Amino acid sequence: MSSFFNTDIGIVILTILKSLALIVPLLIGVAYLTYAERKIMGAIQLRKGPNVVGPFGLWQPFADAIKMLMKETIIPTGSDRTLFLLAPMITFGLAVIAWAVIPVNDHWAIADINVGILYLFAISSLGVYGIIIAGWASNSKYAFLGALRSAAQMVSYEVSMGFVIVTVLMCVGSLNLNDIVLAQRTIWFAIPLFPMFIIFFISGLAETNRAPFDLAEGDTEIVAGFFVEYSAMSFALFFLGEYANMILVSAMTTTLFLGGWLSPLPFPPFTWVPGLVWFLLKIFICLFVFVWVRATLPRFRYDQLMSLGWKVFLPLSLFWLVLTATVMEIFGWLPNA
Amino acid sequence: MIRLDRMARGLLLSEIVAGLALTLRYFFKPKATLNYPYEKTPTSPRFKGEHALRRYPNGEERCIACKLCEAICPAQAITIEAEPREDGSRRTTRYDIDMTKCIYCGLCEEACPVDAIVEGPNYEFATETREELLYDKAKLLSNGDRWEPELAKRLELDAPFR
Repeated sequence: MSSFFNTDIGIVILTILKSLALIVPLLIGVAYLTYAERKIMGAIQLRKGPNVVGPFGLWQPFADAIKMLMKETIIPTGSDRTLFLLAPMITFGLAVIAWAVIPVNDHWAIADINVGILYLFAISSLGVYGIIIAGWASNSKYAFLGALRSAAQMVSYEVSMGFVIVTVLMCVGSLNLNDIVLAQRTIWFAIPLFPMFIIFFISGLAETNRAPFDLAEGDTEIVAGFFVEYSAMSFALFFLGEYANMILVSAMTTTLFLGGWLSPLPFPPFTWVPGLVWFLLKIFICLFVFVWVRATLPRFRYDQLMSLGWKVFLPLSLFWLVLTATVMEIFGWLPNA
Repeated sequence: MIRLDRMARGLLLSEIVAGLALTLRYFFKPKATLNYPYEKTPTSPRFKGEHALRRYPNGEERCIACKLCEAICPAQAITIEAEPREDGSRRTTRYDIDMTKCIYCGLCEEACPVDAIVEGPNYEFATETREELLYDKAKLLSNGDRWEPELAKRLELDAPFR
């Protein structure tokens, strides 16, 4: 059997199986993230959230999915048909593709490549295309405004996010995500690099267009932003993409700062629990904070958003980058030095 | 100094953390949601719901066709026609309420000298067609028969305040 998986066809089949083993739980995770979001937001607003479909409303995501599938996909007359249908596929596809390098346990990644973090960064930058194409192809002013806003926002926050990632890389001395996690065996980077951790998380909120940075959707001003014209399954793909991105950013935060699959304390009662469980638990905590922040904060004004990105996060992350580098040089903590 | 203080607060996200703490406290509070079709709120004896025409205990209808309710109805939802019955008593031959016009103000109930037309406790009378909401005398009397125990109790409870 193991010899079969070493042949060319065997490797392809194995990769497909691995991808399915990742994508299927991911999609179920996305479905239940929508449920969890409605439940958590409901609880914060003293409501109960969905509780009618199935026990505790647990079948609600499937009811929603069936509804989405049954609806008609409306393509506006003035739109560019090809691009209009391509945009949600790009958004969703990119959100799933990025998962290839995330290690869910020690060396459990579909592609354990040496430039993992660079790959992640590249894919998350490409996410803008889905949105901008959607906004352009819809041929609607609201969609276009939403797309412009979201593009500007994602580009701005990517800069400070880049600096945060550079700081982490400097502490690890490797671009491989597996090595990044293993470098946190003594201490999670969230503790020594706490301000960077916060900047990364907030930039992550902006990157995924989540509240309080959901100007791209901005229900009250521009209806639904770049996906006003979308319906049924094409809308569902955007929705899935957005939530898959949320999970992805949580996974990135977990990998870079919260020690990935490592247990919080490195001795028996904690190390007995499999790494995958710790990884999922940490992701869940990050996602809870995502929803919690959404239920707490009102939307930013656009100029505030820009000044936060360029005038606060950029200098701050740059300052911490230099500071970390200096401290590490003085104390001789640099890896591979 | 004030600028420095504001800057420090901003950088330490103190306001945001305070806000998050508040919402987290609400997260654990008991929920205000009522499981509607299974749970209902109590209604006051003065609750103004679906209309009903009442009868005396001997089965005689109370309405004497004085048309005060028709006159007072601000939405002009009530239509009454009256004639003497064979035994010479004055009775309605037609008593219609257009429930789509009714504003549930309760003035008909207040105008009625014999407590014949009342607004009951029932608020679950949604229909699938508009026509079903044009109530006639038979419908109103059957409502009265259906809700009489409760109607009598509510009138008795509210009597000291009338």
